Amino acid sequence: MTTPETKFKFTPDYLERAKAHIAKYPDGRQASAVMPLLDLAQRQNGGWISREAMAYIAEMLEMAEIRVYEVATFYTMYNLEPVGKYLVQLCRTTPCWLRGANDLLSVCKEELGVGTGETTEDGLFTLIEVECLGACVNAPMVQINDDYFEDLTAAQMREILSMLRRGEKPSPGPQNGRQSSAPGTGMTTLLDGGAG
Amino acid sequence: MLKDSDRIFTNLYGVHDSGLVASRTRGAWDGTAGLIEKGHDWIVEQIKESGLRGRGGAGFPTGLKFSFMPKEPDPRRPQYLIVNADESEPGTCKDRDIMRHDPQILIEGCLVSAFAMRAHVAYIYIRGEFYREAEVLQEAINESYEAGLIGKNAAGSGWDFDLYLHRGAGAYICGEETGLLESLEGKPGRPRLKPPFPAGAGLYGCPSTVNNVETIAIVPTILRRGANWFNGLGRPKNTGTKLFCISGHVNHPCNVEEEMGIPLRELIDKHAGGVRGGWDNLLAVIPGGSSVPLLPKSICDTVLMDFDSLNAEKSGLGTAAVIVMDQSTDVVEAISRLSHFYMHESCGQCTPCREGTGWVFRMMQRLIKGDASIEDIDLLWNVVGQIEGHTICALGDAAAWPVQGLIRHFRPELEQRILARQGIPEDANAPRAA
Repeated sequence: MTTPETKFKFTPDYLERAKAHIAKYPDGRQASAVMPLLDLAQRQNGGWISREAMAYIAEMLEMAEIRVYEVATFYTMYNLEPVGKYLVQLCRTTPCWLRGANDLLSVCKEELGVGTGETTEDGLFTLIEVECLGACVNAPMVQINDDYFEDLTAAQMREILSMLRRGEKPSPGPQNGRQSSAPGTGMTTLLDGGAG
Repeated sequence: MLKDSDRIFTNLYGVHDSGLVASRTRGAWDGTAGLIEKGHDWIVEQIKESGLRGRGGAGFPTGLKFSFMPKEPDPRRPQYLIVNADESEPGTCKDRDIMRHDPQILIEGCLVSAFAMRAHVAYIYIRGEFYREAEVLQEAINESYEAGLIGKNAAGSGWDFDLYLHRGAGAYICGEETGLLESLEGKPGRPRLKPPFPAGAGLYGCPSTVNNVETIAIVPTILRRGANWFNGLGRPKNTGTKLFCISGHVNHPCNVEEEMGIPLRELIDKHAGGVRGGWDNLLAVIPGGSSVPLLPKSICDTVLMDFDSLNAEKSGLGTAAVIVMDQSTDVVEAISRLSHFYMHESCGQCTPCREGTGWVFRMMQRLIKGDASIEDIDLLWNVVGQIEGHTICALGDAAAWPVQGLIRHFRPELEQRILARQGIPEDANAPRAA
């Protein structure tokens, strides 16, 4: 199944970064770098990891290929099939659900015309529901590629998807204008100005 | 309310710059070499005396945990500090703020804590989804290296110390300390049987200690301000300050640092703008992250937010993630969503958890609609009891507890749905226990 078209290799830049990761771990423990290397492979490969990439990493780390495959299939962030240019990960867990995650889901499905786990025909978006992303006081929220979009209304969710479709860059973070995780009406603590 | 001058996380919201220079003006890295000069055991004793208990959920005394590391390291077996930044417990988003807004106090905490445990190397294991936070933290690590605060002769202390960041890739189970160690070794994050405990055989089989981000970030401030300052805050055995994450049906969800033992109602009213629709509109609160049993309003009226007060109510402080639910909440679905979470996150190596979490979720889905019999509630109670305590790690317990809390406090609600579906009016039913 390995053909010249699918053969995977890190570019010089990615290879440099891979080596920096391997150097973090003691001699003989290079298998520890399998996670960062899978992540790099995914980034270089447009958002997913092929079997060829796993074989390449296995060789680089002197691991059995099955051990790399085992890691790649255990963790949810490794995509083993192609995904859209924008991977929309909608948090479905209780804190987001309490504040309207279902409304966001409806808007995403409607706006994108796909169900969860599906990719739009133009290859721009893949929509998935995920478990808690750890931004619960800024619920409801979605992760799109590396960025969190927080404190979302359904209308804002729709606008963010439209902007991405138009090739624009929506600003990540809280969408209601507040300072990160501070109360929406302003800070109740740290009011003496502090230093720095 | 806690005074601002007693707050440790002075840039919690990122109002100020997170860089090294600005962090130093806030007090980070002040006299670090002097703290180290006082010796490994002095630090451990100070932390013991402060009463600091682990901020990752279990509340184990931190100084005691530090003291489990070998006092005379074997040169062939390096010792490791591992910082658990896998923050994945639903409701919890406090370590994220430390890493993105105040990374230098975490890095300084890594140095002094590692020194206390005679470790020259530490790894911070950050959840993979926190990509931007990892960028900030890596930049802060680079800055600390360049300033000589870590690396050879760290901060001029004579102690060599290396710190590395390792990103996870989406697995709640890697927040369990031995699952984390497996993951860090390049394997699926399947928890290990204990013993051996990590302090005996942890990362690469070497002595290791795994601590939460908040715990480690607190250490330097305790050493600078004194154990008595810290244990003067809060209540006996529940000392100090704590980062609370208040989510759900409140007017202004937020993170906030408060004193341990603050009344739950005061916490919500003062910082989160109160319960949506007023306190009387409260239905229930999950006080410490998804794993701990919920509390009905009657207990929320008076309960204090610390380890022992919440244990006394058969719940727990956990990660201090307060999930608030008002009267509009379908409480059965709220818990069912958590059951889905545990089903999804079970690593699958223990049968009671692998099979049980799926069974529990399916039963919870039926209970939402009342598509069950009254006896099924007892069966569910029995099944979660068979998961709890019968697995390698605490994920099984964590899957059981929210369901136990629901049955303990909302059994009449579950029964009513069943009877309603069967077309039996509620008042025709025999008396039932709650």
